[in-house]
Amino acid sequence: MIATQSDAYQESFAAFQADQSATSPAWLNEARQTAWDRFLERGLPTRRDEDWRFTPVASLAGRNYRNVQSLSLASDTVETLLQRAKLDDDFHRLVFVNGHYVEGASSHQDLPEGVVVENLASSIREGRDLAEQLLTQPVGKEESAFTDLNTAFASDGAVIDVADGVTLDRPVHLIFLSVEDGPTACHPRNLIRLGNGSSATVVESYHGRDGDGYFTNAVTQIELAEQANLDHHKLQHEQRDSLHIASSHIDQKEHSRFCSHYFSFGAELARNELNCILDGEEIVSTLNGLYMPTGEQLMDCRTRIDHAKPNCNTYELYKGILDDRARGVFNGKIFVHQDAQKTDAKQSNQALLLSDDAVVNTKPQLEIYADDVKCTHGATIGELDEQALYYLRSRGIPESLARKMLIFAFANDVVQGVEVPAVVQHLEAILLSSHGLPDV
Amino acid sequence: MLEIKNLHARSEDTEILRGINLSVAAGEVHAIMGPNGSGKSTLAHVLAGREDYEITEGEVTYDGKDLLDMEIEERAAEGVFLAYQYPVEISGVSNKYFLKAAINSIHKYRDEPVISRKDFVALLKEKLELLGMDKSMMDRSVNEGFSGGEKKRNEILQMAMLEPKLAVLDETDSGLDIDALKIVSEGVNALRSPERAIIVVTHYQRLLEYIVPDKVHVLAGGKIVRSGDKSLALELEDKGYSFLQSGAETVAAG
Repeated sequence: MIATQSDAYQESFAAFQADQSATSPAWLNEARQTAWDRFLERGLPTRRDEDWRFTPVASLAGRNYRNVQSLSLASDTVETLLQRAKLDDDFHRLVFVNGHYVEGASSHQDLPEGVVVENLASSIREGRDLAEQLLTQPVGKEESAFTDLNTAFASDGAVIDVADGVTLDRPVHLIFLSVEDGPTACHPRNLIRLGNGSSATVVESYHGRDGDGYFTNAVTQIELAEQANLDHHKLQHEQRDSLHIASSHIDQKEHSRFCSHYFSFGAELARNELNCILDGEEIVSTLNGLYMPTGEQLMDCRTRIDHAKPNCNTYELYKGILDDRARGVFNGKIFVHQDAQKTDAKQSNQALLLSDDAVVNTKPQLEIYADDVKCTHGATIGELDEQALYYLRSRGIPESLARKMLIFAFANDVVQGVEVPAVVQHLEAILLSSHGLPDV
Repeated sequence: MLEIKNLHARSEDTEILRGINLSVAAGEVHAIMGPNGSGKSTLAHVLAGREDYEITEGEVTYDGKDLLDMEIEERAAEGVFLAYQYPVEISGVSNKYFLKAAINSIHKYRDEPVISRKDFVALLKEKLELLGMDKSMMDRSVNEGFSGGEKKRNEILQMAMLEPKLAVLDETDSGLDIDALKIVSEGVNALRSPERAIIVVTHYQRLLEYIVPDKVHVLAGGKIVRSGDKSLALELEDKGYSFLQSGAETVAAG
């Protein structure tokens, strides 16, 4: 057999299974093994795969990462990263370190009746149906080697389960930290289920320590029942030498509303996939994103929306600001299936290149099988507007501030789409420190 | 205040200004008229510092300093202001932030204390009233979605806020109806003072009925071919620009 890069995980998977199989339920052992076999069969993607053409992931993903089975908890690193990640002390907070839930760092506010906010390992231990149901079914339409790898190593993550008609009063903040020594990998698996007419706000934050590089491979599965309403935020702040691969799989029923806000700042290579299945009428989905790679960073943003039923609206706005030798990839797939008449789908990807060496590859991909639909897409790639710079400077504004003003203005509509004040403040602080506006 | 000597400027391969000589003293209002393509707007932008033009010959002295040696923002901070013929729309930057950033950038350049929020609001209110503008416009993005008249008014508002020493108005009358023209002219006239010089660039004489100039110059083919008092503008209105062709040769020959 030819050695492949997926062999890098062989040893850690054997150790993981040996450690887990005695205590895990049979269905989970089986799901892990099945996923592992599929992972081996698929192998890590190469640039020959159309979906990875601009994203050479093999060398980073094929490193010999250690799966952290038990935490040594270098506590001051955890504390430092936690301070950086925290948004608001009033939020429900679940903290995961190298993939493992850390009770001591988490904080539980009173939860309304009918709401479960806990970690996946607890859900599995307690035999919750949600865990078994989601871990044993395919994760949406875009399964990949990485979702398989995640299932093979699935052991912990966040579980948010909201009963019919319940509104989760405050945001749930999920914080994922990588702090252990050496090149480590973690595979958080998050499950979110909102019952009929319920609503919730979730924020995922990813941070890590400087060092030998690490790999976060996250999967989030989301099920929204009729008239459910989820506001989802992701703040990707991984360390510069890390690999971040994540996918979210959203299944929406009638009259539900999903809003995703993705902000990507960290990692050496970050790939984020959002796969939305609109399986009901009158659904509204909004996917907003802002990615800001600098240096040698590569950020790959992918969205896939399946309009399966009539009368649904989707709005998509992704903006990239690329500096130095950074690379960006945007791929937006929209499938309008035969039944999905009266679909209204709007997609826009705009990229601002601040350097001659920055590159962005953008690809809208619309496949429409219904005849009475409105689908628009647009992609623009540009530099800072020279006319605008001249205008600002001719009013006495120094060039550096003028540039900041234009960059901030470009990014700002994505930031202002966020409805959680603590998240907006957090983002504004970042924009202010890097490209943003001083108080004048 | 402003001394232009033998100024030549080109854009790519085309020479647009071919030896401009002009002297403007503090307290004066000069009008520069001329047919389309004569170089009026180029002259205005060369003074503001637009980088698309290459200065091939000549010099410009402003307040005793070499204007051409200054960065764009430095010129503004030294008191040069250009009211654009086509003001630029800047999506996502509010007028209010823009004006405050401009004022305080200039203050910082001059080592003056920054303007307080309260003083800024009071000053803005006063100038908005002068130009008959609604304060809600200040929360909107710079010039975005403004009508032609609103944009021109916004230019004059900026001028009123920044209180320049040398103001250059580039075709401020174009696209204005008579009511807007009167308001804009009143705004400009309010700024006339013994310390300030104003250069009005225009194709038509109409604006000069409201902003009465001390001197009128006619620009053709990249040179000033005639200079005179305000009656020159009326003569142009009467005879059109075509009679200048011979005039240009006369000047060249003389």
